[in-house]
Amino acid sequence: MGKKKKIQITIDGRKIGCWDGQTILEAAKQNKIEIPALCFCEDAKEKAKANCRLCVVEIKGLKGLHPACASKVYDKMEVITFSPEIERTRKINLELIFAQHSEECQDCIWNFNCQLLNLARRYNIEKARFKDRKVNYPVYQFGPSLVFDSSKCIDCRNCVDICEKQGVGFLEIKEKGHLFQVVPSKTKDCIYCGQCIVHCPAGAFEAVGEFEEVEKPIQKRGKFVVFQFAPSIRTSIGEEFHLPLGSVVVGKLTAGIKKLGARKVFDVCVGADFTTVEEANEFMERLRNKKNLPMFTSCCPAWVRFVECYHPELIPNLTSARSPHIISGGLIKTYFAKNSNINPKDIIVVSVMPCVAKKYEIQRKELLINGLRPVDYVLTTRELAYLFIKNKIDLRNIKPQKPDSPLGISSGAGVIYGASGGVMESALRTIVQKTKKNLSKIEFKKIRGMEGVKDAMVKIKNKKVRVAVASGIGNAKKILERLKNNPKLYDYVEVMACFGGCIGGGGQPVPSNAKIRKERARGLYKIDVQKQIRFAHKNPVVNKVYQDYLTSKEKIHQICHTKYFSQKRSKIRQTK
Amino acid sequence: MDALNIINKIKDADLLGKGGAGFPVGLKWEMVAKAKADKKYIICNLSEGEPEVYKDGFILKNYPEEIINGIKIALKTIGKTTKQIQAYIYINPQYYQKYKNKLEKIITNLPIILFKKPKNYLAGEETTILNVIEGKRAEPRIRPPFPTEVGLFGYPTLINNAESFFWVSKIAQDKYRGNRFYSISQEGNPRGVYELPENWSIERILKKTGNFPDFDFFVQAGGGASGEILLPKELNQPLKGLGAMVIYNRKKTNPFSLMEKWADFFLKANCDKCVPCREGVFRLAKIIKSKELDRSLLEDIFFVMEKTSFCPLGRTIPVPFKTLIDKLI
Repeated sequence: MGKKKKIQITIDGRKIGCWDGQTILEAAKQNKIEIPALCFCEDAKEKAKANCRLCVVEIKGLKGLHPACASKVYDKMEVITFSPEIERTRKINLELIFAQHSEECQDCIWNFNCQLLNLARRYNIEKARFKDRKVNYPVYQFGPSLVFDSSKCIDCRNCVDICEKQGVGFLEIKEKGHLFQVVPSKTKDCIYCGQCIVHCPAGAFEAVGEFEEVEKPIQKRGKFVVFQFAPSIRTSIGEEFHLPLGSVVVGKLTAGIKKLGARKVFDVCVGADFTTVEEANEFMERLRNKKNLPMFTSCCPAWVRFVECYHPELIPNLTSARSPHIISGGLIKTYFAKNSNINPKDIIVVSVMPCVAKKYEIQRKELLINGLRPVDYVLTTRELAYLFIKNKIDLRNIKPQKPDSPLGISSGAGVIYGASGGVMESALRTIVQKTKKNLSKIEFKKIRGMEGVKDAMVKIKNKKVRVAVASGIGNAKKILERLKNNPKLYDYVEVMACFGGCIGGGGQPVPSNAKIRKERARGLYKIDVQKQIRFAHKNPVVNKVYQDYLTSKEKIHQICHTKYFSQKRSKIRQTK
Repeated sequence: MDALNIINKIKDADLLGKGGAGFPVGLKWEMVAKAKADKKYIICNLSEGEPEVYKDGFILKNYPEEIINGIKIALKTIGKTTKQIQAYIYINPQYYQKYKNKLEKIITNLPIILFKKPKNYLAGEETTILNVIEGKRAEPRIRPPFPTEVGLFGYPTLINNAESFFWVSKIAQDKYRGNRFYSISQEGNPRGVYELPENWSIERILKKTGNFPDFDFFVQAGGGASGEILLPKELNQPLKGLGAMVIYNRKKTNPFSLMEKWADFFLKANCDKCVPCREGVFRLAKIIKSKELDRSLLEDIFFVMEKTSFCPLGRTIPVPFKTLIDKLI
């Protein structure tokens, strides 16, 4: 950060200290002064698009009204956020916004905790003053992952901006009958990251089946329903129950799922420990043979899809290790089924994921084990919370329970998978510990944090190994660009499609922003330090499974490894 | 003459921009000249696209050398303050087709690029032009920063209407006498373009040019879509906005059809970026088509368009509708 000058402004007569270069909106937010701002998106390339016009304020000495999101503060500036004129413009502009938005509040990811609805109340708008103009706008489905109901779109363009920042640009603005609207590209492919979902203020995007199909998995009569939850869920789902940001709710989450009727509740962090062990082995082998380097992580299905759609030449560089819940799902239907004497066909595996791309991943044919999918259903964090609420399960007052064994005890390494840099750190812990007798430090802080691109150098067997970590595909593209200029720059690269990793995933509670993601990540690292076992390969469950079940190369391959393919463009379905 | 002196000369001449906003040209030149950058740009706006406005086309047809000379003066003047300089003529497709060869002959080896305005984009708002030339979506940019500081490709940029460049050329030759160009039409029929003093009243201009009607009429002054409606008794004032006026026969003109025409134009011309302009124009068009004017609703729509639209286009769209409804319905 460059030199920042402290200055003083007044907002509605209140004196406020702020920094030169800040916007009025930022200064107001810091001081808990509320200014409505629907299209402001701190994650977007262009934070202040200034198109919703709700944040307009008066500035003494200047004519007219000015958008707080795009107006920089200056010393002794006097801002008024509340006047009859401002109130009137906000009311009318809100009415015009509602004239675009076809409400479906009972089935919306915002769950009545919606900015639009709150503002409608606050400004006492006449919602029905205009006839909704978008009633007949199309609904699109992108693969098995996303639904875009453009009749809810309020043209704030956060989604288009985020999709562009992701380096994908699948969502576009096209003119139809003299009105521009958001439409899917006819030439590009969606990678299913779902960042549009968590950045849309109007609930126009959601996961496929959200929330109509959430009960399907628990209604399977006569089936043995097993739930497993991803690392990042444990510090995010609490938000849906108004718990403080980053609250760790492993026990409550487990108890809640049990209450839904699941026979077993496992922890995907155990699957993550398997992924780590396999990936670490694979990396060491590649390093030895100097083949297909750098190696890229592959537990993020949106990143894998990005590679398959846009950079098939990089397919050999992806690790063949399966993603955590696919490995644990596979073990549930083989190892666990055998030990518990259950026909694998009678087992339903439900993964609770921070992700909508996982809904796509589980349908991939190459993952089948004896003709069965390792995972049958994916519910997002939001969907599970909805299911809880529907079944009157409140995480605030439920007695915690421990996840079941055998796939319920993980290392700390498995837990940090949920934050950007966590997969890399887990692998490095295992690699470095295995190659060094005494490992003094096990934390790799250089690759932690919310920075979009991080890199570090690690010594492995006296060799300098360079690693890089990216979250957000736009940031991954920066690494690809660097590699283009210098193919040997990195040996090992972790990519997560969502900002901050899975804690910022497209299946997580809304909204998503840097502050929220930081707290969710902090929760994960807190769990890690409290764990006795912090290395994936030292997890006794992992070792036992390798001893008892994963005894041959074939078995290991069947459960723990996969293949990738260059993908043809998939057709977009228009469902309405 | 000394190139930098020209700025003072333009200032002394009190030349105002002829693109509609009337910003002092000398001041703009000075701002771009004073900005510190290795590279600067000049844009001549020849996008003229509003109905019944054709004075730039007239100048282009009759005096293309003067326009290019104006740009040449800018190249020299601004060029002295930076290492690299490049000019663009942002020109509407009809003009491009008609005058491309002629312009290229005059331009010869000057660093001037003819940039054809894409067909669908009607608005010639200046920051939108920057986006279009950069290959971005045709939408206005947030101001500040102003184009004079951060303009085309991030460099200080001087954007002037073609007529402004014409007058700069005249000022350099000491031939500027405070005139401007007026295009006059009668309900879609061009009557001509006239060069007359800027401070003359509309009434005097109409009389002088033989266009003062002998029937009951009203005038749309300052553009065939965005201009305000003036009654015969209100013509004792100079023209504001674009140099165009349209005469309508009050008895023969259906005010609703007229408003519908404007609304259709704005529906096509606006960029749909901001709520008040996008939704406001859409609702306005609907209300006019329904022929039932809910005055309080219209007042609300006009209010947010004027007060909160992102760019000058949205802020001025209510003018013709408001004045017509007030005066004629």
